[in-house]
Amino acid sequence: MSKAFKTVAIVGAVAASLAAHTSTATAQAKEKCFGVSLAGQNDCAAGPGTTCAGTSKVDYQGNAWTLVDAGTCAEIELPAMADGSARMGSLEELERDLPQG
Amino acid sequence: MPDATSAFPQLPALPGVGYKAQHFTDILNDPDPVGWLEVHAENYMGDGGRPIAQLRVLSERFAISVHGVGLSIGGETRLDPDHLARLKHLCDWLDPASFSEHLAWSTHDSHFLNDLLPLPYTKDTLSRVADHIDEVQSLLGRRMLLENPSSYLAFAESTFSETDFLAEIVRRTGCGLLLDVNNVFVSATNLDYSPQGYIDAYPLDAVGEIHLGGHDEDEDDHGAPLLIDSHGREVVDPVWALLDYTLARSGPKPLLVEWDTDVPEWPVLAAEARRAASALTRVLS
Amino acid sequence: MTDQGAFHTGLLNPAAPVPEGLTDGHDQPAGRRYGVYRNNVTVSLRDALADGFPSLVSLIGRENFDHVARAYLRQSPPTSPLMMQYGAGLPGFVASLEQLRHLPYLADVARIDVAMRHSYHAADSTGIDPGALQALDEDRLLATTFTFAPSMILLRSQYPIGSIWHYSLRGGDKPTGTAQDVLILRAEYDPEPFILGPGAGDVMDALQNGTAFGDALALGGDDFDLAALLNLLLSQNAITELSR
Repeated sequence: MSKAFKTVAIVGAVAASLAAHTSTATAQAKEKCFGVSLAGQNDCAAGPGTTCAGTSKVDYQGNAWTLVDAGTCAEIELPAMADGSARMGSLEELERDLPQG
Repeated sequence: MPDATSAFPQLPALPGVGYKAQHFTDILNDPDPVGWLEVHAENYMGDGGRPIAQLRVLSERFAISVHGVGLSIGGETRLDPDHLARLKHLCDWLDPASFSEHLAWSTHDSHFLNDLLPLPYTKDTLSRVADHIDEVQSLLGRRMLLENPSSYLAFAESTFSETDFLAEIVRRTGCGLLLDVNNVFVSATNLDYSPQGYIDAYPLDAVGEIHLGGHDEDEDDHGAPLLIDSHGREVVDPVWALLDYTLARSGPKPLLVEWDTDVPEWPVLAAEARRAASALTRVLS
Repeated sequence: MTDQGAFHTGLLNPAAPVPEGLTDGHDQPAGRRYGVYRNNVTVSLRDALADGFPSLVSLIGRENFDHVARAYLRQSPPTSPLMMQYGAGLPGFVASLEQLRHLPYLADVARIDVAMRHSYHAADSTGIDPGALQALDEDRLLATTFTFAPSMILLRSQYPIGSIWHYSLRGGDKPTGTAQDVLILRAEYDPEPFILGPGAGDVMDALQNGTAFGDALALGGDDFDLAALLNLLLSQNAITELSR
């Protein structure tokens, strides 16, 4: 069996199985509108009722912040890459490497 | 893109709410929902997807007010032609009952700052704002409403009061006004003037819509009250009282409750809208 | 005279003095009142980024994220009023940060967040009837090129980004794999990141660039599963047009 023929057979089989499926699954436009909406939108509210987040000097030290141990990344360990280097360090390892001060 | 027909040529003098996507199902399932909905223009300027599909569905049942937050009408530089084109596209297919924007700026030096920033009220800024409104109205082929801002400070160089400034804008451009009574209360408290005096001086004949919203409380450097227009809680009693004061002079108007941060469950927002309905009932009785 | 340039500068630069000519409504200088606008700009942009990058927020925690976001929004404020588009440069910024160097997969996972939003707002499209593919004879099928939905986005990485993204937001098995290609597809209105099998990333890359079906398949290698890829593309309405 040639490779091309095998391809045609696969495409035909997949398409046939889906053609029967999708023809019965057309939903009403309105029903599709129900569902999760992504946030991150424009609005016309002012920020929460303090003036500090944009004003505090502490806020404005640019990149001079230190990573605190938090977040799900601390639970993820990946196998080493082909060259043996680690794919990630834990947050603890990372903090050791941060410049002092 | 189907051309919408004007099933709702204007906003009814009923309460509406600022539409939040999380309330879509509740609004459609509520047997006695609000009279109309307001959406922020910029959230419907994507190419497609659920936001636009939802807006299509809602517009079949409700009068829609398109409320822009990003046009920077008070900006020193020319209006962004790309943004104007997006706005025209939205207004063309949706054919909303109303379009409104803010007396504020938000873009400078190609940076969009995502806040409604204040401008001094002078002859120069008056000409600029009037020119920008002329441009928007002629492009959209419709009258727009201009909303008074919440102010946290004043400009030493201002030569007009805000009410005189707005009245002159209306006279020059023929635009209407969106009167935000919470903004009046916030600005009057922050800058120490009488909110009722503001309403007395305000050109109420031009009002096409009234906004209500909640604010937070803070203080300035000297301990004076500084109210922040956060739209994150119920409208406070003095603002409801200012609404009554206004409606007694303006007659019934479309009323909108805005709630943009810490958005509550639908019944809480619907209750605010019912309170607005009772204010309208009082003015009619 | 307070021009908008001076007002603007201080909003993004905390070291800048409060612009002159601003008052409390009487004769006192505005002082902290100007800070309200600084706060609004900073907080609204920071929160918009947090909304737009749920997996990044989960992976490094909100406190760390806020530091990253604050530095980014000062360096790269939005250049468009559409907040739905803000943050496209954040993955690259994340990759540049010393503090995050030991989490080298973060930038690519953040690219999934960007792509999910892009896909969510992309133009609507209609998938082809699978029967149209079935109806082509061998020569025509192999010479066919595909047009894909505007909401389809291919992301290729040397890290298991699909597994990490999934774990960060939905839990389940911890990521252990190595390189992954992710294909974001939106059958109707909900984009979903699908992890591609071996060779499928190369095939999709070629197909997206207009390579004929037969030539693209040759790039898949021995482990490539054509049936799985086709099943995914057709069931998610990803193919919108066939041409040759």
